[in-house]
Amino acid sequence: MTNSKDFPIKKVCIICAKGTIEDVYAALVMTNGAVMEGIQARLFFTFFGLDAITKSQMKKLKTSTVGNPALRMPGNIPFPTLLGALPGVEAGVSAMMKSQMEKLDIPPVEEFMDLITAGGGEIYACKLAMDMFKLTKEDLCEYVSGVLTIGEFYEMAAGEGTQIIFT
Amino acid sequence: MAQKEFAGQLIDVNEEGYFTNPQQWNREVAAAVAKEEGLDLTDNHYAILEFLRNRYNSGEALSIRSINKSGIVDVKEFYSLFPGAPLKKSTKIAGIPKPSSCI
Repeated sequence: MTNSKDFPIKKVCIICAKGTIEDVYAALVMTNGAVMEGIQARLFFTFFGLDAITKSQMKKLKTSTVGNPALRMPGNIPFPTLLGALPGVEAGVSAMMKSQMEKLDIPPVEEFMDLITAGGGEIYACKLAMDMFKLTKEDLCEYVSGVLTIGEFYEMAAGEGTQIIFT
Repeated sequence: MAQKEFAGQLIDVNEEGYFTNPQQWNREVAAAVAKEEGLDLTDNHYAILEFLRNRYNSGEALSIRSINKSGIVDVKEFYSLFPGAPLKKSTKIAGIPKPSSCI
């Protein structure tokens, strides 16, 4: 029998390709959790996930109110997709999500990235998606260590005990 | 329940080495636990241990964010004071249960 303690996770490379509150936070919580456990952690943002590290967008992340069957109103009432399409509804629901998270002491995106990088975690952006969205390094927040190609990403992931996680 | 001797005192611990009775903690015991973790405690370490114990005693959840907001040290210093898994290590030395927080 192999013991899980004999093969600890030494490094995680986490990829976030979506820009909703829940997608970004899932990646941030996993990355910060790894840093807290003493696991080397690298977080990569690509495609719409780039919003999380783009200065002009990172404070404005939203959760989608259409096409999300798990979304419910207070009292567990199903959230009609048509209602979610009305102007302002997405913003309202997103503000509610954020206030709930603040109550649980979950930090805002920027502060979360500050905690991660202070603990030695590293944050990267995907070059191809940057080119697609016409973004430059200057558009990204200070917590981003660099812009990588997929080849550089795999080089960085090399080593025994590494896990690549696509959220 | 398992017992372990630290600084001449028998301490009740669980299978992971965390104190099951925070009352048995004192500075000398903390220094002995820290030694086992490879750390020599400084005043900064003790300030954090006191902060963690106070927070635990008042029933507040522990998170890496609460350390940052404590005003004692910032997160970077916290990681350098308790290298590796700082929250796990510091709570063990502070004689309080392992934190159950995900952040």
